[in-house]
Amino acid sequence: MSINVKVMKRPAGKSSYVRATLKGMALTFRHMARSAGDRSELTIQYPDQKKELSPRWRGTHVMEKHDDGRPKCVACGLCPTICPANCIKLVPGEDDQGNRYPIVYEIDEFRCIFCGMCQEVCPVEAIHVGNHYENAEYTRHNFVYDLDRLMAQTHPATLLWDPSDPAGE
Amino acid sequence: MQAASIPTFHEVAGDAFVIASIIKVLVVFVVVLVIVAMLTLMERKVSAWMQDRLGPNRVGPGGLLQPAADGLKNILKEETNPAEANRVFFTLAPMLSITPAMITFAVIPFASPLPTRWGVVPMILADLPVGILFLLAFSSLGVYGIVIAGWASFNKYALLGGLRAGAQMISYEIALGLSLMSVFMVAGNVSLSEIVWKQQQMHMWFAVPLAVSFFFFWISCFAETNRLPFDLPEAESELVTGYHTEYSAMKFSMFFIAEYAHVLTVSMLMATLFLGGWDIPVWQGDNMLGVANGAWIGHAPHVWITLLTFLAFCAKTFFFILVFMLVRWTVPRFRYDQVMDLGWKIMLPAALFAVVVTAATVLALDSFAVEYGWKWAVGLSAVNLPMLAGVIWVMDKGHTLTGSGAPDEKRRVAREHARARAQTRRMAVPANPTVPR
Repeated sequence: MSINVKVMKRPAGKSSYVRATLKGMALTFRHMARSAGDRSELTIQYPDQKKELSPRWRGTHVMEKHDDGRPKCVACGLCPTICPANCIKLVPGEDDQGNRYPIVYEIDEFRCIFCGMCQEVCPVEAIHVGNHYENAEYTRHNFVYDLDRLMAQTHPATLLWDPSDPAGE
Repeated sequence: MQAASIPTFHEVAGDAFVIASIIKVLVVFVVVLVIVAMLTLMERKVSAWMQDRLGPNRVGPGGLLQPAADGLKNILKEETNPAEANRVFFTLAPMLSITPAMITFAVIPFASPLPTRWGVVPMILADLPVGILFLLAFSSLGVYGIVIAGWASFNKYALLGGLRAGAQMISYEIALGLSLMSVFMVAGNVSLSEIVWKQQQMHMWFAVPLAVSFFFFWISCFAETNRLPFDLPEAESELVTGYHTEYSAMKFSMFFIAEYAHVLTVSMLMATLFLGGWDIPVWQGDNMLGVANGAWIGHAPHVWITLLTFLAFCAKTFFFILVFMLVRWTVPRFRYDQVMDLGWKIMLPAALFAVVVTAATVLALDSFAVEYGWKWAVGLSAVNLPMLAGVIWVMDKGHTLTGSGAPDEKRRVAREHARARAQTRRMAVPANPTVPR
């Protein structure tokens, strides 16, 4: 043992290697006996079982649409303005009746931080974040969801936090 | 002996012997390889269960085909050879490491003799008269593979791993050999079949009457197989993975197989030497040795006895393997100086002492003409069990294996240091500052 390492005098109960080892082995053996045969219930078998998401989970976006299939978005430009990650691209257009609609509406899910501010700020409840998280892609540009893809999402939209009902009751 | 009352048996000879041997070699080799592969899965499963995980469960039912998938992967993987490595020895090392591990199964009896139409087939590949010496020689050869791998890799971590393996092997081989000497003294033989027979005659397995030897042998086996808490040659946290840092694909896999084959060997060996080998506890009907001087010794062999004894042997081996795994996933690695301390300062003198005491006991039992049997067992146990208690007490007392410094002690030492420093600077320091305990 090198110099300056002080070896303490402690009672045998504290310094016993054999006792500590046996104790540890008893512990590991108990755990093994408990979960032998894959009976451990602490593991969620992910692709087979999925954890239930909170209704307030903020994930992949959803664009609501009218019954005739047009997006509810009125291209007001609030969501690209509020977006802290600057991941929404919006090119507004206007038809003959003066109704505004998005010509281009793209969300880069790769840049998005899923803060949900776009949903909060939307005056017509068109854009939503949703209860969905499995959005892996092979290339970066596949993460840019265009309007059709946003409207095609089927998962439920996120429930916004209600200040008058903070616990969600 | 009941030899007179039962019909005489003869062992297989001539062509039948050759054919029986070939069949035995093939079966044992295949079975051993499969078991070794399953051991890798078992280790992963056992470790997973200990940590409340599930372990591999995707390939086959319950993950049973995982070893096959791993093997396929390892064969198909690219092998990388370090540019500066010594190509010849780099390739040779995995072979040197796996061959001795595979050869050692040859001398371990795994069941009672099997009677067939052509004669009695001993359930052992080669019943060498020097059985255990052969086994020791070959299991020691295993370290050459590790040392050569460490040196040939041209990697300083690998070299350190190889050096450690060499040092560890030398340190613990001595205690291993010394603990075996007690077994030889009691058995009066080095053939493993005879050692099993002697344990049956004693009506007690050597684990109790030779408890100290059993204990030391067990510890040494952990060191010999380079498994935790003695896995210093691998030591992931210090040496990457030690001697097989530079190895990839099937070469790495061969080191892996060698390690598990080694675990299997020493487990079988411990079962044979100290837990009566294939002997079924309590039941005397399986006590048989084989043909000696033209006469059959012991009870008549039977197929069912062979099967039952084989199961008993499997159970004992499995027990030791399970303990190997339990220890691996429980106990942290020793420091290098602790390993050397344990080997040279505790195990070597204590094993020597145990050999002397056991020899004296054997001599005393012999000179008082005590009949070999349970009286021997009691006599030896009366000496050995207190000795084991003493050894464990010494190991507990010695601080070789303990860490250093409880928190409050550290605080006290720091305070003393501060006071000493302050006094050299002639500064006033409160004599006993209040320290939260």
